Amino acid sequence: MQWETVIGLEIHTQLATKSKIFSGAATAYGAEPNTQACAVDLGLPGVLPVLNEDVVRMAVKFGLAIEAEVADVSVFARKNYFYPDSPKGYQISQMDHPIVGIGHMDIEIDGATKRIGITRAHLEEDAGKSLHENFHGLTGIDLNRSGTPLLEIVSEPDMHSAKEAIAYMRKIHELVQYLEISDGNMQEGSFRCDANVSIRPKGQAEYGTRTELKNINSFKFVEKAINIEVERQIEIIENGGKITQETRLYDADKNETRSMRSKEEANDYRYFPDPDLLPVFISEELRAAVKADLPELPQAKRERFIAEYQLDAETAGVLSSSKTLAHYFEALVKASGCDAKTCSNWVTGDLLGALNKQGLDIAQSPISYDRLGGLLQRIADNTISGKIAKQVFEAMLNSKDSADAIIESQGLKQITDSGAIEAIIDKIIADNPGQVEQYLSGKDKVFGFFVGQTMKASQGKANPGEVNKILQDKLKR
Amino acid sequence: MHTKTIAQLAQGLRAGDYSSQELTEAYLARIKQHQDLNSFITVTEHQAIAAAKQADAMLAAGDAPFLTGVPMAHKDIFCTLGVKTSCGSKMLDKFISPYNATVVEKFNAAGAVSLGKLNMDEFAMGSSNETSFYGAVKNPWATDCVPGGSSGGSAAAVAARLIPGATGTDTGGSIRQPAALCSITGLKPTYGRVSRYGMIAYASSLDQGGPMAQTAEDAALMLQAMAGFDPKDSTSVDCAVPDYSADLNNSLAGLKIGLPKEFFDEALNSEMAATIEAAINEYKKMGAEIIEVSMPNLKLAIPAYYVIAPAECSANLSRLDGVRYGHRCENPVDLNDLYIRSRGEAFGTEVKRRILIGTYALSEGYYDAYYIKAQKIRRLISDDFNKALEQVDVIMGPVSPSPTFGIGEKTDDPIEMYLADIYTIAINLAGLPAMSIPAGFIDNKPVGLQIIGNYFNEAKLLNVAHQYQQVTDWHQQTPKGFE
Repeated sequence: MQWETVIGLEIHTQLATKSKIFSGAATAYGAEPNTQACAVDLGLPGVLPVLNEDVVRMAVKFGLAIEAEVADVSVFARKNYFYPDSPKGYQISQMDHPIVGIGHMDIEIDGATKRIGITRAHLEEDAGKSLHENFHGLTGIDLNRSGTPLLEIVSEPDMHSAKEAIAYMRKIHELVQYLEISDGNMQEGSFRCDANVSIRPKGQAEYGTRTELKNINSFKFVEKAINIEVERQIEIIENGGKITQETRLYDADKNETRSMRSKEEANDYRYFPDPDLLPVFISEELRAAVKADLPELPQAKRERFIAEYQLDAETAGVLSSSKTLAHYFEALVKASGCDAKTCSNWVTGDLLGALNKQGLDIAQSPISYDRLGGLLQRIADNTISGKIAKQVFEAMLNSKDSADAIIESQGLKQITDSGAIEAIIDKIIADNPGQVEQYLSGKDKVFGFFVGQTMKASQGKANPGEVNKILQDKLKR
Repeated sequence: MHTKTIAQLAQGLRAGDYSSQELTEAYLARIKQHQDLNSFITVTEHQAIAAAKQADAMLAAGDAPFLTGVPMAHKDIFCTLGVKTSCGSKMLDKFISPYNATVVEKFNAAGAVSLGKLNMDEFAMGSSNETSFYGAVKNPWATDCVPGGSSGGSAAAVAARLIPGATGTDTGGSIRQPAALCSITGLKPTYGRVSRYGMIAYASSLDQGGPMAQTAEDAALMLQAMAGFDPKDSTSVDCAVPDYSADLNNSLAGLKIGLPKEFFDEALNSEMAATIEAAINEYKKMGAEIIEVSMPNLKLAIPAYYVIAPAECSANLSRLDGVRYGHRCENPVDLNDLYIRSRGEAFGTEVKRRILIGTYALSEGYYDAYYIKAQKIRRLISDDFNKALEQVDVIMGPVSPSPTFGIGEKTDDPIEMYLADIYTIAINLAGLPAMSIPAGFIDNKPVGLQIIGNYFNEAKLLNVAHQYQQVTDWHQQTPKGFE
């Protein structure tokens, strides 16, 4: 039997506001437990939520970016469940009237573009954290995260492989950072994902029973979790079994998923509109203001890079994958005056390679686009060769000096003086009569030997074009 | 001194007839003397004396705000910094609030001196003050009878002249009904007029704080201190607060009073009907015009209320889980045990009943049939009132179908207790302002007249109430033993 995988993702992204969604407490990560939880976050008797307007603006920004319907009126609802890190005994979320309606995200998969539907995106508050270590059999509660704004982005079940799911997740991750509505930090839990996974015989229209994989917090784990879950489901069905609708947890250490709770045990969340909060009205003015404020989006930037700089799709994809990287590239083209191809090669090759090695982000690059531009200019005007340039680049990684200063201090300037090159070549011809003989007898390949010897003798500084010209002249004689 | 109104006391303080400390000590002595009424849960003697001394210093310096030095007390539903805020429940018996409710802050800013926290039905769920963890409150007019609820402590204390004024809250009649049963003046403002921040929520879309005092004039002074937009309460409304004392003396000639025929049907006992009629006759004498109006959906108010209020309370009370504060059971074996025993031990029967009703009404498969339906009814009821208020300036009627009843008399029949709120609940569903003012007695038991006005027109209600109090003296009568 041929099976088709069906995947839908629910992505929770923390919005990068300074204060919480319903209180004035700070949202910064990593503070001492319970130092960033005010009376509202603690759920004290009598406190009331007040909506942070930045949160609305960010959700609208996301909605417009995925070309979704942004609701004129959206409503906050209470999702009721008891848990120690949910201080009110309910979470304020949105149910029937989410702020962002149907939209979409295009992904590139095997060279083709595929459109993934986005069902909705809604605002809600994050819970606190239960801490089980160092409490001697008890549980500690840290409510610092309680009330941190989340945008939950729910996709249609449009993905048919872990690869597609990852591609979609990466695109959303890239977008929220582009829009500057989330820092996208997965280690700190700013970007988390639940996956709904089912299988069905290829060609069948109706969906199979799905399981929900909870809180898988890296691209790698999402891929592994989906693949292992698909295998599990196929095995069950092929052995005549049935899939139970349930929530499953992915265990990265054992690379397996295991049951958390079945549908029967699932909570009835008893959603109802939160009477403490008014409906959120999105005005035309706000929509227009946010629209005017939208940055160039990754897809548009990619297309522009291909058209404007004649880059190939892959390079354009890499360069537009982050706003900072794209900016670096464009600034480099401008600062160096060099052709885009050269600039993109240096950025995607040498620079990203070096940053990768040091575990740095483009924003932390030790070489600014100005300094790199200076280096590229010296290649263009023949001051140094491409090979010497790599040497200068290495030196620049560990110093603050300009390319010019390094070339000067290390004496790396190319020798273009033909008299000096002639002197070197004359000596080499004199020292290697055998090779001259071979060359003259028609073995053209020996030419390379002379070039190599000349470059070696000049410590790589002789201008290669000049060397070729002079060698050809002298050997012919 | 204790029979004086807030207006008179404020004036006497300014004139130097007595100091705030003298007043405070005198009232504290009365509270102690009549503690068998059980109207207070907490008396904050030391804080009160300290605040009174500060008030005296401010009065001596001049330029003190208008309530400076006047004693009062808060219903124990308002969070008070550093003071136990129990909400009438074992659950919060040991809860010392780390912050002040906005209403408390506002009274502090106006210079009032709080003497303590007043008894109430547990989490404001009740119409007789019998559900309080701290025991029933006695009605000073008949000490074997209830004072009404849920603001029963507030009403009894003001009626017994243990304090000149108190805060109350009204979700389905909890200011107006005890005001009526204790012969005092109570005002439930328009929903959104007074901040709910720090007022422990029962049913968030219905709860509203308001003043309880001897006279409409005093209620105006108290409302002046309480009302206003609060950025901490998204449901408070940002509209200007008028001078509530300015229109008190306006003539009522030509006032159009609507009488809903559904308020005067067979459910109303004949003596009550006669008393209300007599009160309305006073208005006729003042030149008011009587117009019959209709509230066809009134009979749906109680069922709708007993879906919406429990639904909201079932969520509002979820935070009382024994995890961070409040009652926690001994030696819980696991999380479920902690929840079940902490809540099971600390909530009273009526609270549990309403949490269960609300949880049921919101459950999957029942939500549309109950909650959504109730919200539709709510809209119909609002429409009834809005239609009537297009024709008339105010609507009048009874507050409660009968006067006060014996302690323990109705506790076995919650439905009968619920039905007694028929005249008040609809007003909360509509979000309108309404008052109860003393309008006479039946067998020495007080009767209240309800006056309902248009949104944010509390000034009109106060004017209408004040004019009645200029021609009657029901509000000046004090119960026997408390003169």
